Amino acid sequence: MTKEECRQLVLRIIADIAPDEDLSDVKKEVPLREQLELDSMDFLDIVMEIRKKYGIEVPEDEYSQLESLESIAEYLTPKFNSVKA
Amino acid sequence: MSGLAAGIRLALFNQNVLILERHNVTGGLNSFYSFEGRKFDVGLHAVTNYVRPGVKGTPLGKLFRQLRIDRDEFDLSEQMRSRVVFPGVELHFNNNFELFESEVARVFPRQIDGFQSFLKMIRGYNELDLNQPFQSAKKITAQYISDPILEEMIYCPIMYYGSACENDMDFSQFVIMFKSLFLEGFARPYDGVRKIIRVLIKKYRTLGGLRKMKCGVKQIISHEGRVKELLLDNGVSITANHVLSSIGLVETLRLCDDKKKDTQESNIGRLSFVETINILKKQPRELGWEDTIVFFNDWNRFDYSEPNELVDPRSGVICMPNNYLYADDKELEEGVFRVTSLANFKLWTMLPQEEYQEQKNLWHKELTNKGMTFLSPLENQSLEELTVYVDIFTPRTIKKYTGHLGGGQFMAHQIKVEMDSHIWRTYTFVVLIRGFSALLAPCLVVSQWRIYIS
Repeated sequence: MTKEECRQLVLRIIADIAPDEDLSDVKKEVPLREQLELDSMDFLDIVMEIRKKYGIEVPEDEYSQLESLESIAEYLTPKFNSVKA
Repeated sequence: MSGLAAGIRLALFNQNVLILERHNVTGGLNSFYSFEGRKFDVGLHAVTNYVRPGVKGTPLGKLFRQLRIDRDEFDLSEQMRSRVVFPGVELHFNNNFELFESEVARVFPRQIDGFQSFLKMIRGYNELDLNQPFQSAKKITAQYISDPILEEMIYCPIMYYGSACENDMDFSQFVIMFKSLFLEGFARPYDGVRKIIRVLIKKYRTLGGLRKMKCGVKQIISHEGRVKELLLDNGVSITANHVLSSIGLVETLRLCDDKKKDTQESNIGRLSFVETINILKKQPRELGWEDTIVFFNDWNRFDYSEPNELVDPRSGVICMPNNYLYADDKELEEGVFRVTSLANFKLWTMLPQEEYQEQKNLWHKELTNKGMTFLSPLENQSLEELTVYVDIFTPRTIKKYTGHLGGGQFMAHQIKVEMDSHIWRTYTFVVLIRGFSALLAPCLVVSQWRIYIS
């Protein structure tokens, strides 16, 4: 999986969780909370979906890695790749 | 209803969920029944916290996200207009907050600056921070509003719709309620609460959740300090890794085999209610009754406490569910006129059956007459002539169908007790507050709880 694919995958999850958000112009370097109306419960849902769909655990003390699309891709892409391998 | 919301959240976390319900109808306090072909709502006057589509960052939007429900499914229509009526003064409000603000400025011109500072503080307040200690809302309000009439006119709707405490409340709860009633607003599905419950049940089932109706829990059994087993009314025992209870804190603790603290009388809510229902031949608006909700008080002080008599008719709430802006100008089939006031649970339960019936009839008449004094007078006809069906529910009815000790409506004040409780890790409680908080609170609780179930 490439980082771009990872970003798209996370965007699809966000679209499911927050269907009322406009995701057409999310900037990858900018923190998601600054661009979208997401609260801690929504982030929890993102983590939950990643675990449900892909079996990847994000420990609570690593939630800070989920700040922007870029940091998420940086953090999650290797995890996805190691699951697949 | 809060149990269903918690069930949906847990099922979303891929948990195997079973909801046990003692009654044969879902919903608890926010429920419904049919009689002689008519459908009645229990509890729900209005869905509070209403905001229009596109408004973000408020509980309604969070709720739809948390439950993964499309807001259109709830079919919400906005209120027309509501009023708070006190001796010689009234304040109108609707879902545009500017109306309420201008009414305060009109009726209490010397209070408006203080009111606006109060608003600014409320808007910036984080009422969902559950670590806040209890703070007297009355004390904080008094720093901004010096006219006791205005203060009480603000508190009347807030207390009736969300306070389990007498004559004061926790400030966080006050802010939750202030935002949900005044800054946000009222709406209702055309089909009433059953619409919401149907949507919740469908969602819960789709996620694989199971329900058992007419299946009460007789005892909660612990093994080595953890709840592991439930003994049901029918004698069957079931085991679970985790148990959530939404029946109330004291109610839950009293079911535990290792009875702990907090089960004493003083923790049971003291506030209960009666509600009269008149089904009318006409739409209320044809009678000049144009309010959605009227919060009234005709005494020199607003006294929100346990009455010394069966009912305290000095204050109350009138609800006319016809007066919502339903899509395509649709009207409810019949007129509905409901009046609620505070009631004394103990006195109602002590009545012998025959006298109970008598008192029900008597208070039905008394309370509907009282309610009518806040509405346009009827011309050439009496309420009896217009009425095709009447009903009344009392604290006894609430206890019978919800199991709430003391016939209580609210258990909101207990959330903090739960957070501190030594049994927090073993199981938790879902709170029940009227309005949307009944749905959102369990979502918050499940989220807080997640680390223990993953």
